[in-house]
Amino acid sequence: MIRISSGFGPRPSAGGFETFSWYFFRVSGIALLLLVAVHMIIMHVTNDVRCTTYLFVSMRLANPFWRVFDWLLLTLGLTHGMNGLRIVIDDYVKSPRVRLWLLSILAILLLVFIMLGTVTLITFQAANAAGPSCVGGTY
Amino acid sequence: MYKGKAGMWAWLFHRVSGLGILVFLLLHIVDVSILSFGPTAYNASVMLFDSVIVRLLSLALVVAILFHGLNGVRVVLIDFWRKGVRYQQTMFVIVIVLCVILFIPAAYYVMGPVLNWFFHIPAPHAAAESH
Repeated sequence: MIRISSGFGPRPSAGGFETFSWYFFRVSGIALLLLVAVHMIIMHVTNDVRCTTYLFVSMRLANPFWRVFDWLLLTLGLTHGMNGLRIVIDDYVKSPRVRLWLLSILAILLLVFIMLGTVTLITFQAANAAGPSCVGGTY
Repeated sequence: MYKGKAGMWAWLFHRVSGLGILVFLLLHIVDVSILSFGPTAYNASVMLFDSVIVRLLSLALVVAILFHGLNGVRVVLIDFWRKGVRYQQTMFVIVIVLCVILFIPAAYYVMGPVLNWFFHIPAPHAAAESH
């Protein structure tokens, strides 16, 4: 049986994780297209990064919608990206021992970053003195 | 033949841009986590993103996102649209053209304050004008 490891092969039909991974890339990719477009427009078009300050974030995260939005961006982006890195490792690392090490590190990194992002999003509570609305402007 | 054709370059750019975006995502999760340390610490990290070098890096990120996203649509169309394979080369050209077209306004917005400071081009955001 041919093992499909690149996202560009024929549609895998054997079932199991590789088939799930193949569909997941495409479904999460389409969702990310929308999430990332909205995120980039808010952070770079309707605002300048100079004004994406603590105050700006606290006003955004006061609305649970943006907490859910950011959490989806976090989890879908990380799982899509880390699954991509898994395929790159599978493609280039020939030694099974090294591959096992790298894939284990990858799994731990995925868990750590999902937790770090999730904790940041859930526990955020705006400080009373939230600081200026814009910073920078040194040039 | 596959080597040297559109499909190979699309595959290569897709892989490289994907890895680049992943590196940014990991850094971005760390920098956003500074929120937990309060306004002073977080705003110091925002200042970092205002520097010319980081703005240029942001522009590279925009290019990577544009290509990866648009080529992702091309991949989905190749897989799920009956005529996808027949038009894959044309779709690659469309992806590149759309990247260039979308890059121009994106560069204007991302580099806004720098363009205003260096070339005296009106800034896209009033708050971002030099003061």
